[in-house]
Amino acid sequence: MTSLVIRGGHVIDPSAGIDALKDILIRDGRVAEIASPGKLKSANGAQALDATGLTVAPGLIDIHVHLREPGQGYKETIATGTAAAAAGGFTAVAAMPNTTPVNDSPEVTRWMLAPERGAAIRVYPIAAATRGSKGEALNDFAALKAAGAVAVTDDGHPILKDGIMRETLAAAARVGLSVIQHAEDTLGASMNAGPVAFKLGLRGMPPEAESSLVERDIRLVTELRDARVHLHVAHTSTGAAIAAVRQARRNGLRVTCEVAPHHFLLTDEHVSQYSTHAKMNPPLRSAADRDAMIEAILDGVVDAIATDHAPHATHEKEVEFENAPNGITGLETALGLCLRWLHKEWKLPLGRVLSLLSAQPAALLGLKGRGTLAVGSFGDVFVFDPKAEWTYRAAENRSKSRNTPFDGWTMQGKVRWTISEGRIAYDSQGNA
Amino acid sequence: MNSTATPARRQLHLPPPPDSAFPYNPGSLLSVQDLTLEQVNRILSRATALEQRDPLTRDRILAKRRVALLFYESSTRTRTSFELAAKALGADTTLVSSLSSSIEKGETLKDTGLTLRALGAEAIILRHNSSGAPWLLEETTRLPVLNAGDGMHEHPTQALLDLRTILTRLNPGAEQVSAGTLSGITVTIVGDILHSRVARSNMLLLPRLGARVVLCGPRELLPDVAALAGPGISLERDFDAALRQSTVVMMLRIQAERLAGMQIDLQQYKASYQLTGQRLAALAPSALVMHPGPIIRGLELTAGVADGRQSAILEQVRHGVAIRMAVVERALTATGKAGRA
Repeated sequence: MTSLVIRGGHVIDPSAGIDALKDILIRDGRVAEIASPGKLKSANGAQALDATGLTVAPGLIDIHVHLREPGQGYKETIATGTAAAAAGGFTAVAAMPNTTPVNDSPEVTRWMLAPERGAAIRVYPIAAATRGSKGEALNDFAALKAAGAVAVTDDGHPILKDGIMRETLAAAARVGLSVIQHAEDTLGASMNAGPVAFKLGLRGMPPEAESSLVERDIRLVTELRDARVHLHVAHTSTGAAIAAVRQARRNGLRVTCEVAPHHFLLTDEHVSQYSTHAKMNPPLRSAADRDAMIEAILDGVVDAIATDHAPHATHEKEVEFENAPNGITGLETALGLCLRWLHKEWKLPLGRVLSLLSAQPAALLGLKGRGTLAVGSFGDVFVFDPKAEWTYRAAENRSKSRNTPFDGWTMQGKVRWTISEGRIAYDSQGNA
Repeated sequence: MNSTATPARRQLHLPPPPDSAFPYNPGSLLSVQDLTLEQVNRILSRATALEQRDPLTRDRILAKRRVALLFYESSTRTRTSFELAAKALGADTTLVSSLSSSIEKGETLKDTGLTLRALGAEAIILRHNSSGAPWLLEETTRLPVLNAGDGMHEHPTQALLDLRTILTRLNPGAEQVSAGTLSGITVTIVGDILHSRVARSNMLLLPRLGARVVLCGPRELLPDVAALAGPGISLERDFDAALRQSTVVMMLRIQAERLAGMQIDLQQYKASYQLTGQRLAALAPSALVMHPGPIIRGLELTAGVADGRQSAILEQVRHGVAIRMAVVERALTATGKAGRA
């Protein structure tokens, strides 16, 4: 098979404790050797990439994306979504099951993983917890795991019934799967409840719609008394939910959470001109909640940054605010926003930013051999200039969709190459 | 930096609040918040000038200009007065309503707007059941859009005609308003404030002229956060206490069509919030009684109050035509950059 050598770059691998100039050899899709510059023993004949002046890190991992296939290819396909991911520095994404049909069967899971889908990077399907994500009957988790699913969730449709959620947590634990809960009750509202919603005449979702469900789920985890149970709270958006996760962890429970860039950067004020690019679920919250997200990331309660990449066709978002679908794209802006704000502005060390986007999400879902450059792990690497500033233009997206509130924003950190299992999946100079 | 202290967070530089490109068209009237006091004055003085003008020459002002009325909700006062106002200035008007057009077949607001523009409409007067719909229409057509009521959000021409009614009654002859024109005046808005676009436009406009706005109603129809909508707004749940302070009392209808499953005990509502002749005589014998209509006699107010000497309800309707003439004229003649408050 082929070999690839990345020479002269500054390697940062938080999980392996590497922060130095190194050459990396990838052979047969795996990291074969890491050595000081010029000291690789067996790089003969390998394709060489010159990373002088650039940073080399484990490929980013997004555990919350909507690739829209099967069934909604007009919004995104697995091919376009993973191409967008590769352009954003990602080498693995976990795909949510709210497709058409819902990914609640091994057949759909396997269809998503088939080579014909043309994925540019590794896709990990997340299966539906219940039949059709209707919150009534559990799916066969063992069969879904055997087909390739890495977690279960009814994302977009919170599992409201206590009994069903308890069974889901217990059954998933028995086969070693995580349960991801979308903790937000969605009925009839289109933005965060509060003074802004009142002023705009829009019906609001109160922060308690999230935190009360997180608290309920943590109570169920506590009652199950099974160390294998793992609850992961998707796209946490309220200070109260973060507080509940923090307390659960103090109590020794396996409860983790992710935060999306829009929830640590934007507030419900961004809805003020009825921009449907500011409509998502959970909604943009108050400034106090946004500040709580920043604090939780800086002090380490947050386990991962995940984008909730949710592409929608332009015509779907060009409607009245109340009628627009929820969600924004995120794969091509996550790194640029995290480096621009978490790192440059709020001084979170680069290694910690990268860890929140790679090693930690990999550990959270048990993605073996990902999120690290340790010898033997997958050859998933991205090479970037962490200081380069650039302006994001949605029109130049690789994603099929353009629904983002970050069009025109200044980003920091430019991806040069993204390498997925030893293959160049993205080359900023267009040679991929 | 102290790594354990949270106060450091307060010094964090945060992304800037969103910019607004609205209104795109200087002739648009989307929200009362888009108007400077100077622009409010201009509208008030044009309303008077146009009202006084000889009808036989007034219709040359916008002769043969094309104005579309796009109505997704039923309306008597607003639709008729906009139509009469536009026609009084000589404009051709056409009415498109959701029940007798391709909207029924699934045409979107964007496509309906583009179609009207292609038909030659130079301005669109929009009433819509979704809050924010005029923003979408303006962004997609770039035509002057006049908000004739959007969902639970705003009804800016109603606030302007209410202002003109108040000025005429309380401050006869006032042509020019300033930040102090309504100081000392308390306007109480009573009833279903949660679902009311009239309440929102008034509470955002009147305090800018110095008025105190008191909101009064039960918790289900008046959430506590309403007091945070802007400066000069306070809550008083007790109707009698609110009436005692009122110079103006603005009654609202319970909007059954927007209750979304909410149950209101009407007997209890009437006992607490109905404006009766007795209440008015005892607590606010000189207050001006207003109502944007449609009124439901015997519910939010009694027939006697509606028809009584303190009632300005029909004057409001009359002022509507004058204000809407000024606003339609502005839509078709405004030039330059749209001004923002």
